[in-house]
Amino acid sequence: MLPEPTLAHYLILSAVLFSIGTAGVFLRRNLITILLSIEVMLNAVNLTFIAADKFRGSMDGQIIVFFVITVAAAEAAVGLAIVIALFRHKETLNPDAFTTLKW
Amino acid sequence: MDALLFWIMALVAVAASVMVVGQRHPMYSVLLLILSFAALAGLYVLLDAPFVAAIQIIIYAGAIMVLFLFVVMLLNVPTEEISTGDRLRMLTAGPRRFGAALAFVLVVELFWALQRSPSAAVEAGQPGPVMSVRDIGIRLFTDWVFAFEATSVLILVAMVGAIVLARKETH
Repeated sequence: MLPEPTLAHYLILSAVLFSIGTAGVFLRRNLITILLSIEVMLNAVNLTFIAADKFRGSMDGQIIVFFVITVAAAEAAVGLAIVIALFRHKETLNPDAFTTLKW
Repeated sequence: MDALLFWIMALVAVAASVMVVGQRHPMYSVLLLILSFAALAGLYVLLDAPFVAAIQIIIYAGAIMVLFLFVVMLLNVPTEEISTGDRLRMLTAGPRRFGAALAFVLVVELFWALQRSPSAAVEAGQPGPVMSVRDIGIRLFTDWVFAFEATSVLILVAMVGAIVLARKETH
């Protein structure tokens, strides 16, 4: 029989998802996939909030998740606008192509 | 039952997230990320947070990811490498079928979340420990009202910023 999920299970799952997101940010060479990896990380954090909420019996976590989703929406809008502007500039989505600010 | 659902959804979430990162085709990456969000929404329902599950599906999967899809299609860059001839074959049968299946999963899940939400429980005569949307709304507009108002400014700034950044420059 499968073990009943506890807070530890949820936290480990969240940590795994966050690591996957981090790996995506560092390993991928595509601006859109990097933004998607950031979304994976944000969702891992949301899962932590909701799990902690449930096992502590509060509901502030749900409200914070609401704000996290709002910030994620703003981040996605601005991030994608920057991606579009960059693509117009160089016709590529490879972050290695944008080196003007490097010194 | 709940334990089984937890393991299934945890597995789906992790597998879909790994494939998001491993996928070379951004179209599939976005669709797989929606699948991952669907699994997470299921976990939120299991965690007695149907409101968050609903906004996860409606706002995250429904709005933010559609924005990503728009940009993927707009930029039309099929793979990470320099694109070859198949630029216009973005919406082949594969993504289309996958998207349809995903839409079905999300609708089923939304109904599940609504069915587990407290108003349904109260009608069934068994008020559970689930926080109702009403409670969340009251907390949001009393204890968290400053953050809520600050969010509106943030959204406004993001909106203006996105328009300014993505606008075609006129010299």
